[in-house]
Amino acid sequence: MALADARAICQDLATRPADLAREAAALVALCRWAGRYAPMVARDGADGLMADISGVPHLFGGEAALREDLQSRLERAGLAVSSAIAGTRGAAHALARHGGGIVPDGRLAEGIGHLPISALRLDHDTVSGLARMGLSRIADLIPLPRAPLARRFSQSLVMRLDQALGQYAEPVAAAANAPHFGVRMTLPEPIGLQSDVMAALERLLARLCDKLAQHQMGARRVRLELHRVDQGAAQVEIGLARPMNDAARIAALFVKGVDKIEAGFGIDALRLTAPVIEPLAPEQISAHHRVQPEHALADLLSSLGNRIGFDRVLRLLPAESLIPERSHRIAPAAYSAAEPMPAQTGPQRPITLFPPEAVTGPSGNPPARFRWRRMHFTTLRATGPERITPEWWFDDPAWRDGLRDYWRVETEQGPRLWLFSTPQTVQGSPKWYVQGEFA
Amino acid sequence: MRSEADPFTLRPARVHEAEGRGRRAFALFQAARHAGPLIWILPAHIPEVPMLRGLPQGVGERLHLLRPSGEADLLWCIEEALQAVPVGLVIAEPEKPLSFFAGRRQQLAAETGRTTGLMLIQTGAGSNSAETRWQCQPLAAPTKASADSTLHRWNTNKNKSGTIRDWTVNWDGTSPAFHMVSKARERYEPAQPSR
Repeated sequence: MALADARAICQDLATRPADLAREAAALVALCRWAGRYAPMVARDGADGLMADISGVPHLFGGEAALREDLQSRLERAGLAVSSAIAGTRGAAHALARHGGGIVPDGRLAEGIGHLPISALRLDHDTVSGLARMGLSRIADLIPLPRAPLARRFSQSLVMRLDQALGQYAEPVAAAANAPHFGVRMTLPEPIGLQSDVMAALERLLARLCDKLAQHQMGARRVRLELHRVDQGAAQVEIGLARPMNDAARIAALFVKGVDKIEAGFGIDALRLTAPVIEPLAPEQISAHHRVQPEHALADLLSSLGNRIGFDRVLRLLPAESLIPERSHRIAPAAYSAAEPMPAQTGPQRPITLFPPEAVTGPSGNPPARFRWRRMHFTTLRATGPERITPEWWFDDPAWRDGLRDYWRVETEQGPRLWLFSTPQTVQGSPKWYVQGEFA
Repeated sequence: MRSEADPFTLRPARVHEAEGRGRRAFALFQAARHAGPLIWILPAHIPEVPMLRGLPQGVGERLHLLRPSGEADLLWCIEEALQAVPVGLVIAEPEKPLSFFAGRRQQLAAETGRTTGLMLIQTGAGSNSAETRWQCQPLAAPTKASADSTLHRWNTNKNKSGTIRDWTVNWDGTSPAFHMVSKARERYEPAQPSR
């Protein structure tokens, strides 16, 4: 039913867009929980789980008791589910989506015979083709000769039927769990000395970094949680300027944070996790064990960023714009790479740029004399104008005055300034501003 | 000993100071002459930022900008950057006069990391521990003939291992190359002692 039709029928219908990412995450969580019923649980489509419960039901008192236990637990959690137990993956899939139930051992054909053919995981064309021939239930399909069926439709129809009836093996292919980058340590006696905490951290880091290296990953953030004996907790988190799995260099960044921890009556458990990770390819280890310059610079940026904040460690990147303020971007150095500067063409640009500051008492065009920052200036030579028009596709409040005429003004006092005026201003004489200073 | 041909080479692994209106131009001149990553430490409230398209060739992609928010963070950043081995030149703009203690710490950090530092100080706010102090002023080109030159007057008013001199330089702000501008005048002071 289309949403418009549904709204016409029920006017107070509350609708919400589907959040597929969160649904998938919820299904993964459910998949982990279902591990209590079977060692192998796999996702089955976007809305199902498939568990291989061979050898398990007697622990719950039989198949029916197991299914009842599953249903009641999920119902208590507020989930409406439908479940089925069958000897094959195909039969369980079909039955779970058409009412659910249990197919006893060796009676697959009877158990799923009454279900429609669409339950066999077939594409729409095949199902409609079969319906046109008067074949609508699985039981109609079972006695037919296989060869003509495969020739008329496709091999996949026969394969799906065989899979459902157990004549063609189909294992529950459970995906491997995503690696978890966290390690912990519980101590028999509480510790309080900074050196002890660092020693424990080094042991944890060695394990974490081994795991990261094994999966070719590098941490971008590392978090250390410390649990005190009085149930209190402390936390130290560091950031890294590039993905890293080198234990000694990460430990050095923790020194300052560990120094500030209040140990109280002692710390008896530590937990180290890497909440943000990035792929990191293995590197050639040099014979001389020398730190490469770019790594040493990344270490410096990490330590600077951990103290003053990573948003204050910046880099200038070129941008495609003629507007002076937007001709470069100032980006965090930890999350950007240096870009080569395109060859400079056109008029000269100043070395420093600042928000426009109005000059007072300008005379002439360009001004022969003016005051700026409480200093008098006399123009010796002016180069310009260079007309820059605003980018109409951005609404920049600073450029509401329309186009600007930029002049490079050499003053008798020495400074070489970048002045502009806004000839399109409506009221009064055009105002002059200083926006930069040349070398 | 620095050669007479190039008097603007800063003594490596020491911290130097520059003051005056042209101090940022002098800093960029030095940045273009130093290899390796450059760190410019600029307090967060200062509105003047380097403009990428106006910087000398090869400086923009090596430049890292730090914007610490307080004086303590600024001094910490300077020391940390000076101690780092791969950095070529550390440029910082401290707002307050540096104490002798802070200046001496910076010299020790520069010696540890073999890094050169250049503090862009307010006029008269220098520290006693600076290796050299440069006074930098942009100079107007007076005549029509010199209209296309970008003159700078750079003079040392403190030098721990040399004499105090002054130079007028024509540097256009695009490359490390510069031209000395000779001044035509009669000598009235005695000749400099040989060094």
